[in-house]
Amino acid sequence: MKNVKTILLSLLLSAAVIAGVAGCGSSDGSSIIQAQDRLRIATTTSLYDTGLWNALEDRFEQEQGIRLDILYAGTGIALEYGRRGDVDAVAVHAKATEEQFIADGYGIERVPFAYNYFVIVGPESDPAGIKGLSPEDAFKKLYETQTAFISRGDESGTHTKEKAIWKAAGFDYEAVTDSGAWYVEAGKGMGPTLQMAAEMEAYTLSDIGTFLAYKAETGLVTIVDSGSILLNVYSFIAINPDKVEGADAEKAQILVDFLVSDEIQQFIEDYGKADYGTSLFTPCAGNEPTS
Amino acid sequence: MSELWQGILRALELLVTFDPEVMAVTFRSLGISVTACIISALVCLPLGSLIHFTSFRGKHLLVSIIQTFYSLPTVLVGLLVFILFSRAGPFGDLGLMFTPTLMVIGQALLVIPLMLGLIISALASLDKTVADTAFSLGASRFQAGILALKEARYAVVTAVIMGFGRAISEVGLAMMVGGNIRGFTRILTTAISLETSKGDIELSLALGFILLIISLVINVVLGRLQQVRSSAAH
Repeated sequence: MKNVKTILLSLLLSAAVIAGVAGCGSSDGSSIIQAQDRLRIATTTSLYDTGLWNALEDRFEQEQGIRLDILYAGTGIALEYGRRGDVDAVAVHAKATEEQFIADGYGIERVPFAYNYFVIVGPESDPAGIKGLSPEDAFKKLYETQTAFISRGDESGTHTKEKAIWKAAGFDYEAVTDSGAWYVEAGKGMGPTLQMAAEMEAYTLSDIGTFLAYKAETGLVTIVDSGSILLNVYSFIAINPDKVEGADAEKAQILVDFLVSDEIQQFIEDYGKADYGTSLFTPCAGNEPTS
Repeated sequence: MSELWQGILRALELLVTFDPEVMAVTFRSLGISVTACIISALVCLPLGSLIHFTSFRGKHLLVSIIQTFYSLPTVLVGLLVFILFSRAGPFGDLGLMFTPTLMVIGQALLVIPLMLGLIISALASLDKTVADTAFSLGASRFQAGILALKEARYAVVTAVIMGFGRAISEVGLAMMVGGNIRGFTRILTTAISLETSKGDIELSLALGFILLIISLVINVVLGRLQQVRSSAAH
Protein backbone atom coordinates (compact mmCIF):
# COMPACT_ATOMS: atom_id res chain seq x y z
CA MET A 1 0.00 0.00 0.00
CA LYS A 2 2.95 2.28 0.54
CA ASN A 3 3.58 2.98 -3.12
CA VAL A 4 -0.07 3.85 -3.60
CA LYS A 5 0.35 6.70 -1.16
CA THR A 6 3.60 7.72 -2.80
CA ILE A 7 1.97 7.88 -6.20
CA LEU A 8 -1.01 9.75 -4.88
CA LEU A 9 1.22 12.23 -3.10
CA SER A 10 3.47 12.78 -6.09
CA LEU A 11 0.43 13.32 -8.27
CA LEU A 12 -0.92 15.93 -5.90
CA LEU A 13 2.48 17.61 -5.69
CA SER A 14 2.95 17.72 -9.44
CA ALA A 15 -0.52 19.14 -9.83
CA ALA A 16 0.33 21.82 -7.28
CA VAL A 17 3.54 22.62 -9.17
CA ILE A 18 1.61 22.90 -12.44
CA ALA A 19 -0.88 25.18 -10.76
CA GLY A 20 1.98 27.27 -9.37
CA VAL A 21 3.70 27.56 -12.73
CA ALA A 22 0.45 28.49 -14.38
CA GLY A 23 -0.15 31.12 -11.75
CA CYS A 24 3.21 32.77 -12.32
CA GLY A 25 2.93 32.56 -16.08
CA SER A 26 -0.48 34.10 -16.08
CA SER A 27 0.37 37.38 -14.46
CA ASP A 28 4.09 38.04 -14.97
CA GLY A 29 4.85 37.24 -11.37
CA SER A 30 2.25 39.51 -9.84
CA SER A 31 -0.39 38.11 -7.54
CA ILE A 32 -3.08 36.00 -9.11
CA ILE A 33 -5.16 36.21 -5.98
CA GLN A 34 -6.39 39.72 -6.47
CA ALA A 35 -6.64 42.22 -9.22
CA GLN A 36 -4.72 45.12 -7.77
CA ASP A 37 -2.25 47.19 -9.79
CA ARG A 38 -4.30 46.51 -12.84
CA LEU A 39 -6.49 48.89 -14.72
CA ARG A 40 -9.61 47.15 -15.85
CA ILE A 41 -11.77 48.40 -18.67
CA ALA A 42 -14.71 46.99 -20.57
CA THR A 43 -14.72 47.78 -24.25
CA THR A 44 -17.39 47.55 -26.87
CA THR A 45 -16.93 44.54 -29.12
CA SER A 46 -16.48 46.61 -32.27
CA LEU A 47 -13.36 48.29 -30.90
CA TYR A 48 -11.99 44.91 -29.89
CA ASP A 49 -12.82 43.03 -33.08
CA THR A 50 -10.84 45.52 -35.16
CA GLY A 51 -7.77 44.68 -33.07
CA LEU A 52 -7.36 48.32 -32.00
CA TRP A 53 -7.43 47.56 -28.28
CA ASN A 54 -4.86 44.81 -28.57
CA ALA A 55 -2.49 47.26 -30.22
CA LEU A 56 -3.24 50.02 -27.69
CA GLU A 57 -2.88 47.59 -24.77
CA ASP A 58 0.69 46.70 -25.69
CA ARG A 59 1.69 50.34 -26.08
CA PHE A 60 -0.02 51.45 -22.89
CA GLU A 61 1.51 48.70 -20.79
CA GLN A 62 4.98 49.43 -22.12
CA GLU A 63 4.78 53.20 -21.81
CA GLN A 64 2.90 53.50 -18.52
CA GLY A 65 3.90 50.31 -16.73
CA ILE A 66 0.29 49.63 -15.75
CA ARG A 67 -1.28 46.27 -16.52
CA LEU A 68 -4.38 46.77 -18.61
CA ASP A 69 -7.16 44.19 -18.43
CA ILE A 70 -9.61 44.41 -21.29
CA LEU A 71 -13.03 42.84 -21.17
CA TYR A 72 -14.88 42.20 -24.42
CA ALA A 73 -18.39 43.42 -23.77
CA GLY A 74 -21.15 45.19 -25.64
CA THR A 75 -22.11 48.66 -24.43
CA GLY A 76 -25.02 47.32 -22.36
CA ILE A 77 -23.04 44.88 -20.26
CA ALA A 78 -19.98 47.15 -20.22
CA LEU A 79 -21.99 49.88 -18.49
CA GLU A 80 -23.46 47.27 -16.13
CA TYR A 81 -19.93 46.18 -15.16
CA GLY A 82 -19.25 49.86 -14.52
CA ARG A 83 -22.32 50.30 -12.29
CA ARG A 84 -21.38 47.22 -10.29
CA GLY A 85 -17.79 48.37 -9.84
CA ASP A 86 -16.23 45.48 -11.72
CA VAL A 87 -14.31 47.74 -14.08
CA ASP A 88 -12.55 51.10 -13.70
CA ALA A 89 -13.61 52.53 -17.04
CA VAL A 90 -15.61 51.75 -20.15
CA ALA A 91 -15.08 52.42 -23.85
CA VAL A 92 -18.52 52.54 -25.45
CA HIS A 93 -20.57 54.08 -28.25
CA ALA A 94 -24.16 54.93 -27.38
CA LYS A 95 -24.39 58.64 -26.63
CA ALA A 96 -27.83 58.83 -25.04
CA THR A 97 -27.17 55.81 -22.80
CA GLU A 98 -23.78 57.22 -21.83
CA GLU A 99 -25.27 60.59 -20.90
CA GLN A 100 -27.80 58.82 -18.69
CA PHE A 101 -24.97 56.80 -17.12
CA ILE A 102 -23.15 60.02 -16.23
CA ALA A 103 -26.32 61.79 -15.08
CA ASP A 104 -26.90 58.86 -12.70
CA GLY A 105 -23.49 59.58 -11.20
CA TYR A 106 -21.72 56.39 -12.28
CA GLY A 107 -19.39 57.98 -14.81
CA ILE A 108 -17.13 60.98 -14.30
CA GLU A 109 -17.00 62.43 -17.79
CA ARG A 110 -17.64 61.38 -21.35
CA VAL A 111 -14.49 61.71 -23.45
CA PRO A 112 -15.08 61.05 -27.17
CA PHE A 113 -11.79 59.82 -28.61
CA ALA A 114 -12.63 58.52 -32.08
CA TYR A 115 -15.50 58.15 -34.49
CA ASN A 116 -16.50 56.50 -37.70
CA TYR A 117 -19.75 55.51 -39.34
CA PHE A 118 -22.22 52.72 -39.25
CA VAL A 119 -23.04 51.00 -42.50
CA ILE A 120 -25.85 48.74 -43.57
CA VAL A 121 -24.15 45.74 -45.12
CA GLY A 122 -25.52 42.77 -46.98
CA PRO A 123 -25.01 40.32 -49.83
CA GLU A 124 -23.63 41.82 -53.02
CA SER A 125 -26.85 40.93 -54.92
CA ASP A 126 -28.81 43.33 -52.65
CA PRO A 127 -31.98 41.18 -52.66
CA ALA A 128 -34.17 43.89 -51.12
CA GLY A 129 -32.91 46.55 -53.52
CA ILE A 130 -32.07 49.13 -50.87
CA LYS A 131 -28.93 50.54 -52.43
CA GLY A 132 -28.97 54.30 -52.66
CA LEU A 133 -31.74 54.74 -50.09
CA SER A 134 -31.37 56.66 -46.85
CA PRO A 135 -30.84 54.43 -43.77
CA GLU A 136 -34.42 55.09 -42.64
CA ASP A 137 -35.94 54.23 -46.02
CA ALA A 138 -33.70 51.19 -46.31
CA PHE A 139 -35.01 49.85 -42.99
CA LYS A 140 -38.57 50.58 -44.07
CA LYS A 141 -38.05 48.58 -47.25
CA LEU A 142 -36.46 45.68 -45.34
CA TYR A 143 -39.53 45.59 -43.13
CA GLU A 144 -41.94 45.73 -46.05
CA THR A 145 -40.14 43.05 -48.07
CA GLN A 146 -39.43 40.96 -44.95
CA THR A 147 -35.85 40.45 -46.12
CA ALA A 148 -33.59 38.70 -43.61
CA PHE A 149 -31.92 41.12 -41.22
CA ILE A 150 -29.60 40.17 -38.36
CA SER A 151 -29.82 42.38 -35.31
CA ARG A 152 -27.16 42.32 -32.62
CA GLY A 153 -30.03 42.11 -30.15
CA ASP A 154 -27.70 42.61 -27.17
CA GLU A 155 -28.22 46.22 -26.01
CA SER A 156 -24.84 47.09 -27.46
CA GLY A 157 -24.08 50.49 -28.97
CA THR A 158 -24.74 49.10 -32.43
CA HIS A 159 -28.05 47.68 -31.28
CA THR A 160 -28.97 51.01 -29.71
CA LYS A 161 -28.19 52.71 -33.00
CA GLU A 162 -30.30 50.18 -34.88
CA LYS A 163 -33.25 50.92 -32.60
CA ALA A 164 -32.73 54.64 -33.18
CA ILE A 165 -32.91 54.09 -36.93
CA TRP A 166 -36.12 52.06 -36.61
CA LYS A 167 -37.57 54.87 -34.56
CA ALA A 168 -36.48 57.50 -37.05
CA ALA A 169 -38.08 55.39 -39.80
CA GLY A 170 -41.35 55.58 -37.90
CA PHE A 171 -41.50 52.09 -36.45
CA ASP A 172 -42.21 50.83 -32.97
CA TYR A 173 -39.21 48.61 -32.21
CA GLU A 174 -41.29 46.01 -30.36
CA ALA A 175 -43.46 45.62 -33.43
CA VAL A 176 -40.39 45.08 -35.61
CA THR A 177 -38.99 42.32 -33.38
CA ASP A 178 -42.35 40.56 -33.40
CA SER A 179 -43.00 40.86 -37.10
CA GLY A 180 -41.61 37.56 -38.29
CA ALA A 181 -38.72 35.22 -38.86
CA TRP A 182 -36.97 37.68 -41.18
CA TYR A 183 -35.82 39.68 -38.14
CA VAL A 184 -33.11 37.67 -36.38
CA GLU A 185 -31.69 38.63 -33.01
CA ALA A 186 -28.18 37.22 -32.82
CA GLY A 187 -27.17 38.13 -29.27
CA LYS A 188 -23.51 38.14 -30.33
CA GLY A 189 -20.62 40.53 -30.78
CA MET A 190 -20.14 42.48 -34.00
CA GLY A 191 -17.71 40.08 -35.66
CA PRO A 192 -19.82 36.95 -35.05
CA THR A 193 -22.94 38.83 -36.19
CA LEU A 194 -21.28 39.68 -39.49
CA GLN A 195 -20.31 36.04 -39.95
CA MET A 196 -23.88 35.07 -39.26
CA ALA A 197 -25.20 37.59 -41.79
CA ALA A 198 -22.86 36.13 -44.40
CA GLU A 199 -24.00 32.57 -43.65
CA MET A 200 -27.65 33.55 -43.87
CA GLU A 201 -27.27 35.99 -46.79
CA ALA A 202 -28.85 38.65 -44.65
CA TYR A 203 -28.41 42.36 -44.03
CA THR A 204 -27.04 43.78 -40.81
CA LEU A 205 -25.97 47.07 -39.31
CA SER A 206 -22.27 47.29 -38.51
CA ASP A 207 -19.70 49.86 -37.59
CA ILE A 208 -17.40 50.44 -40.56
CA GLY A 209 -14.28 49.35 -38.62
CA THR A 210 -15.43 45.85 -37.76
CA PHE A 211 -17.02 45.49 -41.18
CA LEU A 212 -13.73 46.26 -42.96
CA ALA A 213 -11.90 43.85 -40.68
CA TYR A 214 -14.40 41.10 -41.65
CA LYS A 215 -15.11 42.12 -45.23
CA ALA A 216 -12.74 39.74 -47.00
CA GLU A 217 -13.79 36.78 -44.91
CA THR A 218 -17.56 37.32 -45.09
CA GLY A 219 -17.90 38.58 -48.65
CA LEU A 220 -20.51 41.11 -47.51
CA VAL A 221 -20.57 44.55 -49.12
CA THR A 222 -21.63 48.03 -48.06
CA ILE A 223 -25.19 48.72 -49.20
CA VAL A 224 -26.09 51.96 -47.41
CA ASP A 225 -23.38 54.23 -46.05
CA SER A 226 -24.65 57.79 -46.02
CA GLY A 227 -27.00 59.57 -43.66
CA SER A 228 -26.26 61.67 -40.60
CA ILE A 229 -27.91 59.11 -38.33
CA LEU A 230 -25.05 56.71 -39.09
CA LEU A 231 -22.43 58.70 -37.15
CA ASN A 232 -20.71 56.44 -34.61
CA VAL A 233 -18.80 58.08 -31.75
CA TYR A 234 -16.61 56.10 -29.38
CA SER A 235 -16.09 57.58 -25.98
CA PHE A 236 -14.24 56.67 -22.86
CA ILE A 237 -15.81 57.05 -19.43
CA ALA A 238 -13.97 56.62 -16.14
CA ILE A 239 -16.13 55.23 -13.35
CA ASN A 240 -16.83 57.67 -10.53
CA PRO A 241 -15.30 56.37 -7.27
CA ASP A 242 -17.64 58.63 -5.25
CA LYS A 243 -20.56 56.56 -6.47
CA VAL A 244 -18.95 53.20 -7.12
CA GLU A 245 -16.65 52.01 -4.40
CA GLY A 246 -13.24 50.76 -5.46
CA ALA A 247 -13.14 52.29 -8.93
CA ASP A 248 -9.62 53.44 -9.77
CA ALA A 249 -10.24 56.85 -11.33
CA GLU A 250 -6.58 57.80 -11.07
CA LYS A 251 -5.35 55.04 -13.35
CA ALA A 252 -8.34 55.54 -15.61
CA GLN A 253 -7.32 59.20 -16.04
CA ILE A 254 -3.86 58.05 -17.13
CA LEU A 255 -5.53 56.02 -19.85
CA VAL A 256 -7.72 58.98 -20.87
CA ASP A 257 -4.64 61.20 -21.20
CA PHE A 258 -2.98 58.43 -23.17
CA LEU A 259 -5.94 58.08 -25.55
CA VAL A 260 -6.25 61.78 -26.36
CA SER A 261 -2.49 62.38 -26.63
CA ASP A 262 -1.31 63.53 -30.07
CA GLU A 263 0.75 60.43 -30.55
CA ILE A 264 -2.06 57.97 -29.86
CA GLN A 265 -4.59 60.02 -31.81
CA GLN A 266 -2.24 59.76 -34.77
CA PHE A 267 -1.89 56.03 -34.11
CA ILE A 268 -5.68 55.66 -34.16
CA GLU A 269 -5.88 57.66 -37.39
CA ASP A 270 -3.32 55.37 -39.05
CA TYR A 271 -4.72 52.19 -37.61
CA GLY A 272 -5.80 49.73 -40.28
CA LYS A 273 -4.56 51.83 -43.23
CA ALA A 274 -1.95 49.27 -44.16
CA ASP A 275 -4.43 46.38 -44.05
CA TYR A 276 -7.61 47.91 -45.42
CA GLY A 277 -6.39 50.84 -47.47
CA THR A 278 -8.43 53.26 -45.38
CA SER A 279 -8.37 54.23 -41.74
CA LEU A 280 -10.96 52.55 -39.55
CA PHE A 281 -11.39 55.46 -37.14
CA THR A 282 -11.14 59.21 -37.21
CA PRO A 283 -9.61 60.55 -34.01
CA CYS A 284 -11.43 63.40 -32.26
CA ALA A 285 -9.30 64.10 -29.15
CA GLY A 286 -12.01 64.66 -26.59
CA ASN A 287 -14.33 66.71 -28.77
CA GLU A 288 -17.78 65.74 -29.97
CA PRO A 289 -17.67 65.29 -33.77
CA THR A 290 -20.50 67.09 -35.54
CA SER A 291 -20.65 65.39 -38.91
CA MET B 1 -11.53 18.34 -44.41
CA SER B 2 -8.37 20.25 -45.25
CA GLU B 3 -9.32 22.70 -42.49
CA LEU B 4 -9.19 19.89 -39.91
CA TRP B 5 -5.84 18.74 -41.20
CA GLN B 6 -4.49 22.31 -41.12
CA GLY B 7 -5.72 22.57 -37.55
CA ILE B 8 -3.85 19.44 -36.49
CA LEU B 9 -0.67 20.63 -38.18
CA ARG B 10 -0.99 24.05 -36.55
CA ALA B 11 -1.54 22.43 -33.14
CA LEU B 12 1.63 20.37 -33.55
CA GLU B 13 3.54 23.42 -34.73
CA LEU B 14 2.39 25.50 -31.75
CA LEU B 15 3.31 22.69 -29.35
CA VAL B 16 6.70 21.89 -30.86
CA THR B 17 7.77 25.54 -31.07
CA PHE B 18 6.51 26.27 -27.53
CA ASP B 19 4.57 29.29 -28.75
CA PRO B 20 4.71 31.47 -25.61
CA GLU B 21 1.13 32.76 -25.74
CA VAL B 22 -0.34 29.33 -26.43
CA MET B 23 1.82 27.78 -23.71
CA ALA B 24 0.67 30.40 -21.21
CA VAL B 25 -2.99 29.83 -22.10
CA THR B 26 -2.55 26.06 -21.95
CA PHE B 27 -0.83 26.07 -18.56
CA ARG B 28 -3.40 28.50 -17.23
CA SER B 29 -6.22 26.20 -18.33
CA LEU B 30 -4.49 23.25 -16.77
CA GLY B 31 -3.60 25.07 -13.55
CA ILE B 32 -7.11 26.39 -12.99
CA SER B 33 -8.88 23.12 -13.75
CA VAL B 34 -6.43 20.91 -11.85
CA THR B 35 -6.68 23.17 -8.81
CA ALA B 36 -10.47 23.18 -9.01
CA CYS B 37 -10.42 19.41 -9.37
CA ILE B 38 -8.14 18.91 -6.34
CA ILE B 39 -10.33 21.16 -4.20
CA SER B 40 -13.41 19.28 -5.36
CA ALA B 41 -11.80 15.91 -4.58
CA LEU B 42 -10.80 17.11 -1.11
CA VAL B 43 -14.44 18.04 -0.49
CA CYS B 44 -16.10 15.12 -2.24
CA LEU B 45 -14.07 12.17 -0.97
CA PRO B 46 -14.88 12.68 2.73
CA LEU B 47 -18.34 14.14 2.09
CA GLY B 48 -19.26 11.31 -0.28
CA SER B 49 -18.28 8.60 2.22
CA LEU B 50 -20.01 10.50 5.03
CA ILE B 51 -23.26 10.60 3.04
CA HIS B 52 -22.87 6.97 2.00
CA PHE B 53 -22.24 5.64 5.52
CA THR B 54 -24.86 7.73 7.29
CA SER B 55 -28.53 6.85 7.19
CA PHE B 56 -30.85 9.77 7.50
CA ARG B 57 -34.24 10.84 6.29
CA GLY B 58 -34.25 12.36 2.85
CA LYS B 59 -31.03 10.68 1.79
CA HIS B 60 -32.54 9.54 -1.50
CA LEU B 61 -33.87 13.00 -2.12
CA LEU B 62 -30.43 14.49 -1.42
CA VAL B 63 -28.80 12.09 -3.86
CA SER B 64 -31.44 12.93 -6.46
CA ILE B 65 -30.77 16.63 -5.97
CA ILE B 66 -27.03 16.09 -6.31
CA GLN B 67 -27.63 14.13 -9.50
CA THR B 68 -29.87 16.87 -10.85
CA PHE B 69 -26.94 19.25 -10.52
CA TYR B 70 -24.99 17.10 -13.01
CA SER B 71 -26.84 18.99 -15.68
CA LEU B 72 -26.34 22.40 -14.13
CA PRO B 73 -25.59 24.75 -17.06
CA THR B 74 -22.15 26.30 -16.77
CA VAL B 75 -23.48 29.75 -17.60
CA LEU B 76 -25.96 29.49 -14.73
CA VAL B 77 -23.15 28.71 -12.26
CA GLY B 78 -21.26 31.56 -13.90
CA LEU B 79 -24.16 33.94 -13.36
CA LEU B 80 -24.49 32.87 -9.73
CA VAL B 81 -20.78 33.35 -9.06
CA PHE B 82 -20.93 36.70 -10.90
CA ILE B 83 -23.78 37.93 -8.69
CA LEU B 84 -22.00 36.80 -5.53
CA PHE B 85 -18.52 38.11 -6.33
CA SER B 86 -19.20 41.21 -8.41
CA ARG B 87 -18.20 44.33 -6.47
CA ALA B 88 -21.83 45.11 -5.83
CA GLY B 89 -22.41 41.57 -4.55
CA PRO B 90 -22.04 40.10 -1.04
CA PHE B 91 -18.42 38.96 -1.59
CA GLY B 92 -17.49 41.95 -3.74
CA ASP B 93 -15.00 43.29 -1.21
CA LEU B 94 -12.71 40.35 -1.91
CA GLY B 95 -11.97 41.87 -5.31
CA LEU B 96 -11.96 38.49 -7.00
CA MET B 97 -14.11 39.34 -10.00
CA PHE B 98 -12.39 38.53 -13.32
CA THR B 99 -9.45 36.71 -11.71
CA PRO B 100 -8.17 33.14 -12.13
CA THR B 101 -8.96 32.56 -8.46
CA LEU B 102 -12.64 33.11 -9.06
CA MET B 103 -12.51 30.78 -12.04
CA VAL B 104 -11.15 28.07 -9.73
CA ILE B 105 -13.98 28.70 -7.27
CA GLY B 106 -16.57 28.61 -10.04
CA GLN B 107 -15.20 25.43 -11.59
CA ALA B 108 -15.08 23.74 -8.18
CA LEU B 109 -18.76 24.62 -7.68
CA LEU B 110 -19.48 23.14 -11.07
CA VAL B 111 -17.51 19.95 -10.49
CA ILE B 112 -18.46 19.17 -6.88
CA PRO B 113 -22.01 17.87 -7.54
CA LEU B 114 -20.80 15.62 -10.35
CA MET B 115 -17.85 14.22 -8.42
CA LEU B 116 -19.87 13.86 -5.23
CA GLY B 117 -22.69 12.01 -6.96
CA LEU B 118 -20.32 9.67 -8.77
CA ILE B 119 -18.39 8.91 -5.58
CA ILE B 120 -21.61 8.12 -3.75
CA SER B 121 -22.67 5.73 -6.50
CA ALA B 122 -19.18 4.24 -6.57
CA LEU B 123 -19.49 3.44 -2.87
CA ALA B 124 -23.08 2.25 -3.25
CA SER B 125 -22.03 -0.28 -5.85
CA LEU B 126 -19.60 -1.90 -3.40
CA ASP B 127 -20.51 -5.16 -1.77
CA LYS B 128 -22.07 -4.26 1.58
CA THR B 129 -19.90 -6.85 3.32
CA VAL B 130 -16.80 -4.70 2.83
CA ALA B 131 -17.88 -2.07 5.31
CA ASP B 132 -19.57 -4.63 7.59
CA THR B 133 -16.39 -6.66 7.78
CA ALA B 134 -14.37 -3.56 8.52
CA PHE B 135 -16.74 -2.51 11.28
CA SER B 136 -16.80 -6.01 12.76
CA LEU B 137 -13.02 -5.97 12.85
CA GLY B 138 -13.25 -2.81 14.91
CA ALA B 139 -12.56 -0.19 12.24
CA SER B 140 -13.65 3.36 12.93
CA ARG B 141 -15.97 5.07 10.49
CA PHE B 142 -13.04 6.98 9.08
CA GLN B 143 -11.05 3.79 8.54
CA ALA B 144 -14.03 2.05 6.98
CA GLY B 145 -14.48 5.05 4.67
CA ILE B 146 -10.87 4.91 3.53
CA LEU B 147 -11.18 1.18 2.96
CA ALA B 148 -14.36 1.53 0.97
CA LEU B 149 -12.88 4.30 -1.20
CA LYS B 150 -9.88 2.07 -1.86
CA GLU B 151 -12.11 -0.86 -2.77
CA ALA B 152 -14.11 1.35 -5.11
CA ARG B 153 -10.96 3.05 -6.47
CA TYR B 154 -11.74 2.35 -10.11
CA ALA B 155 -15.06 4.16 -10.01
CA VAL B 156 -13.66 6.84 -7.67
CA VAL B 157 -10.83 7.68 -10.06
CA THR B 158 -13.40 7.76 -12.85
CA ALA B 159 -15.36 10.30 -10.82
CA VAL B 160 -12.25 12.47 -10.58
CA ILE B 161 -11.58 12.13 -14.32
CA MET B 162 -15.16 13.11 -15.09
CA GLY B 163 -14.86 16.11 -12.80
CA PHE B 164 -11.66 17.23 -14.46
CA GLY B 165 -13.29 16.77 -17.85
CA ARG B 166 -16.19 19.00 -16.90
CA ALA B 167 -13.82 21.67 -15.53
CA ILE B 168 -11.36 21.86 -18.41
CA SER B 169 -13.98 21.72 -21.14
CA GLU B 170 -16.42 24.35 -19.90
CA VAL B 171 -16.48 27.79 -21.44
CA GLY B 172 -19.59 29.64 -20.20
CA LEU B 173 -18.45 30.09 -16.63
CA ALA B 174 -14.85 30.95 -17.54
CA MET B 175 -16.11 33.59 -19.94
CA MET B 176 -18.51 35.09 -17.44
CA VAL B 177 -16.44 35.21 -14.26
CA GLY B 178 -12.97 35.28 -15.85
CA GLY B 179 -13.79 37.74 -18.60
CA ASN B 180 -11.35 36.21 -21.11
CA ILE B 181 -8.71 38.85 -20.36
CA ARG B 182 -5.63 38.38 -22.52
CA GLY B 183 -2.64 37.24 -20.47
CA PHE B 184 -4.64 36.92 -17.26
CA THR B 185 -7.85 34.90 -17.45
CA ARG B 186 -7.83 33.66 -21.03
CA ILE B 187 -7.91 29.87 -21.10
CA LEU B 188 -8.10 27.35 -23.93
CA THR B 189 -11.88 27.23 -24.23
CA THR B 190 -12.43 30.99 -24.08
CA ALA B 191 -9.56 31.48 -26.53
CA ILE B 192 -11.22 29.01 -28.92
CA SER B 193 -14.47 30.91 -28.63
CA LEU B 194 -12.78 34.25 -29.30
CA GLU B 195 -10.60 33.01 -32.16
CA THR B 196 -13.62 31.44 -33.83
CA SER B 197 -15.54 34.71 -33.54
CA LYS B 198 -12.51 36.43 -35.09
CA GLY B 199 -12.64 33.92 -37.89
CA ASP B 200 -9.32 32.19 -37.18
CA ILE B 201 -10.73 28.68 -37.55
CA GLU B 202 -7.31 27.09 -37.90
CA LEU B 203 -5.99 28.47 -34.62
CA SER B 204 -9.27 27.55 -32.90
CA LEU B 205 -8.94 23.98 -34.08
CA ALA B 206 -5.30 23.87 -33.01
CA LEU B 207 -6.24 25.05 -29.52
CA GLY B 208 -9.00 22.44 -29.45
CA PHE B 209 -6.53 19.69 -30.27
CA ILE B 210 -4.17 20.92 -27.57
CA LEU B 211 -7.05 20.67 -25.09
CA LEU B 212 -7.69 17.11 -26.18
CA ILE B 213 -4.01 16.25 -25.84
CA ILE B 214 -3.99 17.56 -22.27
CA SER B 215 -7.05 15.48 -21.44
CA LEU B 216 -5.35 12.45 -22.94
CA VAL B 217 -2.25 12.95 -20.79
CA ILE B 218 -4.31 13.43 -17.64
CA ASN B 219 -6.39 10.36 -18.41
CA VAL B 220 -3.32 8.23 -19.06
CA VAL B 221 -1.78 9.35 -15.77
CA LEU B 222 -4.97 8.70 -13.79
CA GLY B 223 -5.51 5.41 -15.64
CA ARG B 224 -2.04 4.36 -14.53
CA LEU B 225 -3.08 5.19 -11.01
CA GLN B 226 -6.09 2.89 -11.30
CA GLN B 227 -3.89 0.03 -12.50
CA VAL B 228 -1.07 0.49 -10.02
CA ARG B 229 -3.50 0.75 -7.17
CA SER B 230 -5.27 -2.46 -8.14
CA SER B 231 -2.01 -4.40 -8.58
CA ALA B 232 -0.77 -3.07 -5.23
CA ALA B 233 -3.95 -4.18 -3.54
CA HIS B 234 -3.80 -7.74 -4.79
